[in-house]
Amino acid sequence: MNLTLKIWRQAGPKAKGEMVTYPVTDISEDMSFLEMLDVLNEQLNARGEEPIAFDSDCREGICGMCGLMISGKAHGPEVTTTCQLHMRSFSDGDEITIEPWRADAFPVIKDLVVDRGSFDRIIQAGGFISANTGSAPEAHSVPVPKPKADRAFMAAACIGCGACVAACPNASGMLFMGAKITHLGELPQGQPERDARVVNMVSQHDHEGFGGCTNIGECSSACPKEIPLDVINQLNKDLRGALMRGE
Amino acid sequence: MTTTSTTPSSSVPGLVHGVYAEGEPIRDTKAPPGPIDRRWNTRKFEASLVNPANRRKLSVIIVGTGLAGGAAAATLGEAGYQVKSFCYQDSPRRAHSIAAQGGINAAKNYKEDGDSVYRLFYDTVKGGDYRSRESNVYRLAEVSTNIIDQCVAQGVPFAREYGGLLDNRSFGGVQVSRTFYARGQTGQQLLIGAYQALERQVAAGTVEMFSRHEMLEVVVVDGKARGIIARDLVTGEIETHLADAVVLASGGYGNVFYLSTNAMGSNVTATWRAHRKGAHFANPCYTQIHPTCIPVAGEHQSKLTLMSESLRNDGRIWVPKNAADCEKDPREIPEEDRDYYLERIYPSFGNLVPRDIASRQAKNVCDEGRGVGPKVGDFRRGVYLDFTDALKRMSAEAVAEKYGNLLDMYQRITGENPYEVPMRIYPAVHYTMGGLWVDYDLQSSIPGLFVTGEANFSDHGANRLGASALMQGLADGYFVLPHTIRDYLARGPFEKLEESHEAVVEARASVDARVQKFLSIKGDRSVDSFHKELGNIMWEFCGMERSEEGLLKAIDLIRGLRDEFWRNVKVLGAADTLNQSLEKAGRVADFLELGELMCIDALHRRESCGGHFRAESQTEDGEALRHDDEYAYVAAWEWGGQDGAPVLHKEDLVYEFVEMKQRSYK
Amino acid sequence: MKMLMAGSGALFVFYVLVHMYGNLKIFAGVDAFNEYAEHLRTLFTPFLPYAGFLWLFRVLLIAALVAHAWSAFYLWSRARGARTTRYVAKAAARATVKSKMMRWGGVALLLFLVWHLLQFTIVKFNVGSLPAEGNPGLLVISSFQVWWVVLIYLLALVALGLHLYHGVWSATQTLGWAGNAAARRRAKTLGTVIALVTSVGFALPPLAILFGLVKGS
Ligand SMILES: Cc1cc2nc3c(=O)[nH]c(=O)nc-3n(C[C@H](O)[C@H](O)[C@H](O)COP(=O)(O)OP(=O)(O)OC[C@H]3O[C@@H](n4cnc5c(N)ncnc54)[C@H](O)[C@@H]3O)c2cc1C
Ligand code: HEM
Ligand code: SF4
Ligand code: FES
Repeated sequence: MNLTLKIWRQAGPKAKGEMVTYPVTDISEDMSFLEMLDVLNEQLNARGEEPIAFDSDCREGICGMCGLMISGKAHGPEVTTTCQLHMRSFSDGDEITIEPWRADAFPVIKDLVVDRGSFDRIIQAGGFISANTGSAPEAHSVPVPKPKADRAFMAAACIGCGACVAACPNASGMLFMGAKITHLGELPQGQPERDARVVNMVSQHDHEGFGGCTNIGECSSACPKEIPLDVINQLNKDLRGALMRGE
Repeated sequence: MTTTSTTPSSSVPGLVHGVYAEGEPIRDTKAPPGPIDRRWNTRKFEASLVNPANRRKLSVIIVGTGLAGGAAAATLGEAGYQVKSFCYQDSPRRAHSIAAQGGINAAKNYKEDGDSVYRLFYDTVKGGDYRSRESNVYRLAEVSTNIIDQCVAQGVPFAREYGGLLDNRSFGGVQVSRTFYARGQTGQQLLIGAYQALERQVAAGTVEMFSRHEMLEVVVVDGKARGIIARDLVTGEIETHLADAVVLASGGYGNVFYLSTNAMGSNVTATWRAHRKGAHFANPCYTQIHPTCIPVAGEHQSKLTLMSESLRNDGRIWVPKNAADCEKDPREIPEEDRDYYLERIYPSFGNLVPRDIASRQAKNVCDEGRGVGPKVGDFRRGVYLDFTDALKRMSAEAVAEKYGNLLDMYQRITGENPYEVPMRIYPAVHYTMGGLWVDYDLQSSIPGLFVTGEANFSDHGANRLGASALMQGLADGYFVLPHTIRDYLARGPFEKLEESHEAVVEARASVDARVQKFLSIKGDRSVDSFHKELGNIMWEFCGMERSEEGLLKAIDLIRGLRDEFWRNVKVLGAADTLNQSLEKAGRVADFLELGELMCIDALHRRESCGGHFRAESQTEDGEALRHDDEYAYVAAWEWGGQDGAPVLHKEDLVYEFVEMKQRSYK
Repeated sequence: MKMLMAGSGALFVFYVLVHMYGNLKIFAGVDAFNEYAEHLRTLFTPFLPYAGFLWLFRVLLIAALVAHAWSAFYLWSRARGARTTRYVAKAAARATVKSKMMRWGGVALLLFLVWHLLQFTIVKFNVGSLPAEGNPGLLVISSFQVWWVVLIYLLALVALGLHLYHGVWSATQTLGWAGNAAARRRAKTLGTVIALVTSVGFALPPLAILFGLVKGS
């Protein structure tokens, strides 16, 4: 198939960017979206134009490194990561707009590459259970009811890709944060730090310049791991509880 | 900086096969003597202690934030050392450990099915085809149980049973259930555990994190590793980082094959640069080919995707009996015309034979012309993995509960529905058992340079059992390295080193020069095109089946390609910004050197062992034939200089506890 | 912040429901309506001065209004600040529609509120033809005999309905009460029901008056 791509090009963090149009031809539907961009980059390279910078690493939908806004949809039209999106989801003659995640908490580094360090800093603020190496009790000493274990697992599936932020009209990071709060908060091991965790993470989140949540739900529909909106509910509940307990 | 002679050194006199020299054997691996189950305790007790107040003054650089590096950084941070941690991704959470699906082994014996530390040890040595060290493997089995405790305490959401206790499954050719798992995301969950522990230390100020930084050189001063040179991938700045010890946990080098299940950025640069500075590279030709990957779909393919081999627990593998049926819809091929070849050849293990056997047999049936799926080149490279029986036996819901995400992934990639049509699979390069040589302390042949995880030549011999790489990464990172590096650091504080020191300046200048060189060649082939070509050579001649003739040819081809690379590569853009072509160029340049060493290693090892079938060494019925009398050693290669030949140091493997047998899964 | 918004929003919901109940009294006749207006003023009179309760309630409502509007504008500006470079391609996702709806709908409600209070509470101007001095019931009827007044009200009610449709469910989520699938479904249904009940409930009196079902005399 043949396609017209409109791609955001930006030379560096401070440079002004613009949309540039590139036609691509002979795209096979078995290609992944990123392989299609690889093909374009090979062509650019051959023409002596600098290839388009975009992030990807595992290319199997698990590392969370890739992420593009494809015609206004985070990770494109399917519920999956950009690297797992295949060209069979498009048709011949389509015009596709490709932009980086847009959020001030995710500044653009170059072309389609953004800096998601703010997510790491939110985790630093409390997204962990303090258990020094070697201090752990025998694994079977604390049983975890299966429904709780399953729910923790569901929330732990978040890959930190940032699509939720990219899709949110408020550029809020609540789904990402809610997923971590739920993952750790469902487990008995996560209880001792539960109040401090939510308060510190939320305050870091606000400090990073993410927007506030107005429960629109676009995050969850863009999430490649289908993290449900109720993790935000859980976060709010934990936050309310923690504030009432004076954290 | 690299430039090469094109003369195939097959003509150089005085060298074995004309390509390598033989040096002194390695006699001491520093494993303490005594009963095997006491050795690790002895070592821990004998390792010197560092007073908590002094730890703050000691610094460690850790390259890599996968299970091996992340766990080590967190643990050393908790202990109070000053740690600098590096990864090339934008966040430490994205190291490729995240992609591991199947599970992690531990000798907990929760199923009371006869498992024990000794049995895990025994299985791993046997699975490695008797090419690993007994002492190391025993230690691995011993600490495996602590790993599970540690991960559970961190909140890793392992699969549980209704009673709330941890579930286990049997995995990859073993007959006990000792594999802990988190649906198909075990690696992700373990890594996130280590990542969170790491971030906690970043917050505590003990670990300083450098993401989007690529290590490009080791700094060796007075024979000791004292730092690294890294490029900030965002600004392009070449930075010098100095410390008292350096740990490489940079993962495997499977990407030398271009197509593999590794991440796009996985590379050999960190370890290869260390190799060039004097660290021995052990068993480079030992690579693992994983049997259950999604087959190549076409030319454009950029990577291969693994599907957990747990699929083999319930799926049945077959190809048509007659090549004429290969194009048919598989559902129309009647039972009697199907060849369930693994069940046929290995009745007792069937579809659960170890990876190397499953892979080689898949290749064999495809070579016979009975492969399925689209033709790539002249052959169809695929076999069926069929869930029809499982779906009948267990119901679609039960199958989805167990394998749902894998089957969905298959459908997303291929566009075919595995609940209706049998999946197609084919082997792909997946793991590299080879790596930098380390002693029992995980210290390389450069003092102060430690190597952990997949980056070292590890505990897996010639073949790794499923679910044991995660185990090794975390064992090294959480429980082994922190003790052994302590013994080294206890000799500090080391003399203060200035950035102006001659060796530091030189290391940095060489990195600068290399970057400039790439940009100045201005040839007309892209980096990727060289990488693809190298990958084809490696897969063809140094993949599952190797022969002397093929390997010699490969060596020549690689030398030619490397030569062309340095004349004709085209890298656009500048040095002082994010430049992904430049990053790739550095990685491919190192793969081009590694590839040759792998072929040399494969050439010298004239036996079939582990996943490596040497055409010249097979039994009458075509099974792999090992030669324990000649090759029961670790091949540790010393860098022979830019135009010299590598030097082989043999470390004999002595089996005191396990008796060497030819593996048989029939 | 968000809790302030949800809390004040919830207070409005409560108020709006009571208010609607009152308005519906117009069907029982002008006197009943006036009685209700009077009753509001004498509620708890032994304990509070005349109209004390009403004033207390008004103060509360005003505080809530200020809090609500303030947090709304704060959230809005934060969202703008969180994405200073906008997307070129904006998928016509329902998300943006929803968030625009909440914000512009809120602004519309604010404007309406001003008009509404001016008309019935503060200035009590009469655009209609019935003599309504000192008679709130008649004032209402007189006003709603004018078609464009009714139109303004209907538009405002649509805005209110949409606002509540998302607002009620959103508030339960913000307060952490939508913890599981069932609760979430209940919250959504509740939102829809409240939205419908209020907008229809409020719409009935003006419409009835316009079409002459309720007359001033
Ligand atoms: C698809 C797949 C599935 C697998 N499934 C299983 C399984 O089920 N069970 C199992 O036991 N094993 C499995 N394995 C193997 C196992 O996952 C890996 O061997 C193991 O996780 C490697 O961990 P590591 O910490 O050594 O390296 P990695 O996790 O690969 O980490 C390497 C780190 O080094 C950094 N790095 C590399 N080079 C540089 C450089 N030059 N400069 C700076 N930083 C650098 C990277 O940024 C990264 O942080 C699987 C592997 C793959 C690919
Ligand atoms: C003064 C005019 C008003 C303005 C400017 C306004 C604006 C807003 C905004 C911007 C929101 C947040 C959007 C969101 O959460 O998605 C909101 C939420 C809400 N509003 Fe209003 N609104 C106004 C009047 C009202 C009235 C009169 C009511 C009740 C009848 C009301 C009830 C609510 C409720 C229940 C919420 C949900 C709170 C939450 O999200 O947690 N609002 N309002
Ligand atoms: S919640 Fe979903 S969209 Fe957001 S970072 Fe996690 S995986 Fe990505
Ligand atoms: S590249 Fe890893 S998730 Fe897409």
